[in-house]
Amino acid sequence: MDLTLRVWRQRGPLDEGGFETYQAAGVSGDMSFLELLDVVNEQLVTEGREPIAFDHDCREGICGSCGLMIDGRAHGPRASTATCQLHMREFSDGDTIVVEPWRAAAFPIIRDLVVDRTPFDRIIEAGGYISAPTGSAPEANLIPVPKGTSDTAMDAAACIGCAACVAACPNSAAHLFTAAKVVHLNLLPQGQPERWRRVERMVETMEEYFGSCTSHGECEKACPKDISLDNIAVMNRDYLQAKIRNR
Amino acid sequence: MPPLPAGLPRGGNGPGCGNGRMEAMASTTRERTSKLARIGGVYRTDTGKKYAMATSGVVLLAFVLGHMIGNLHVFEGAHDGVYRIDEYGEGLRSLGEPLFPRTLVLWVFLRLPLTAAFLVHIHAAWSLTRSNKAARGAKYQSPRNYLAANYASRTMRWSGVIVVLFLLWHLADLTIGVEAVNPGFRRGEVYQNLVFSLGRWPVWILYTAAQAALGFHIWHGAWSLFQSLGVNNPRFNRFRRIFANVFSTAVVVGFLSVPLGVALDVVR
Repeated sequence: MDLTLRVWRQRGPLDEGGFETYQAAGVSGDMSFLELLDVVNEQLVTEGREPIAFDHDCREGICGSCGLMIDGRAHGPRASTATCQLHMREFSDGDTIVVEPWRAAAFPIIRDLVVDRTPFDRIIEAGGYISAPTGSAPEANLIPVPKGTSDTAMDAAACIGCAACVAACPNSAAHLFTAAKVVHLNLLPQGQPERWRRVERMVETMEEYFGSCTSHGECEKACPKDISLDNIAVMNRDYLQAKIRNR
Repeated sequence: MPPLPAGLPRGGNGPGCGNGRMEAMASTTRERTSKLARIGGVYRTDTGKKYAMATSGVVLLAFVLGHMIGNLHVFEGAHDGVYRIDEYGEGLRSLGEPLFPRTLVLWVFLRLPLTAAFLVHIHAAWSLTRSNKAARGAKYQSPRNYLAANYASRTMRWSGVIVVLFLLWHLADLTIGVEAVNPGFRRGEVYQNLVFSLGRWPVWILYTAAQAALGFHIWHGAWSLFQSLGVNNPRFNRFRRIFANVFSTAVVVGFLSVPLGVALDVVR
């Protein structure tokens, strides 16, 4: 199929940037979206022009590196799918596809479609860990965890930190990401020692960079890992409890 | 948590990276803050403002529900030559009599908390809106394709502003009786006042249209407050939406029944 791409090009953080139009002919439906960009880039390089810069790593939907705003939707039209796992069969011949980087004040554009997601690292540093003694791995069933709890924690742990939630949120809130990390650790017995400090620090670090949650639910729809909005309610409750307990 | 003093690394508090220092610092500052100051300090955070937003919202939801139910006295007509809704109004003003002076209970236990809830709600909304705008930075340059955000959730601040403007009119019209707004106003005659006011067609449209804004606002608010307050249980979560649907529909239909009654000549 033949596609028209309108891609955001920006030479650097201070450049104004703008859309540029490219033609992609003979695109196979089995190509991933990132492969499409690879093909366009090869064309550009052949023509002696600068290739489009974009983030990518594993290309199998588990690393959280890729992430593009495709036709006004984070990670494109397919639900529960990261950009690298989005195949061109989702589009049809003659389509014009608009590609933009994530937009948030906390994520300055480095170049073209690449944004700086350092604030997510700051949130993790603030409490997204447990203080387990290192050494050989303990016996797996040494600490009993109820099945339901471990399932819920596992669902939250599925977050790959791609920041589609921030990109999709009309308020640029990072609640879904932060809640996934908080809930994942706060539910499990291994996370209990730092439970209240964790939620306080992570929420407050998050608020330094991001907006607040108005329960639109856009993040949940954009999330390639189907992280539930319920996590945000749990995080809000834990934060309030942490403030009351003052541990 | 108070901001870290300069010199300490921001973040980087993983196991074995100065965690002990952090803990010591945290405990010394904590001993000094009183419980009241601490709880009050929560309002400084965005999450705290959402709690305030939700709790004041609960007060306001209770008020609109009570107000709506009270309005239904209109349909009871008159009894012994006195309109039932006039008696209801007088009942509100004389609450607590003869133990307390007239209108004291109304002011202290109803109007004051209500005004406080309004002010908190508006202040939190104002300041959260500013923080959200700042967090977006540069807007998307291509049109967004929203999937879950609906008309109600995306227009909360506008429906809120409309409700406040309507409220100001409504107070001037039927509570205070400002001459320019309601020339037919006679204190205490609730029934006659509203029949006169709603008999003017622009006013009738205003009252009806304002219910749309109110309806959208409380529909999103009545579900969203559960999220903000962290009232979450997988077994009951689906009832939160149902509650919002039922509550907002009941309030809007109840409120609309009065102008409809006037239009249909049931209330005259």
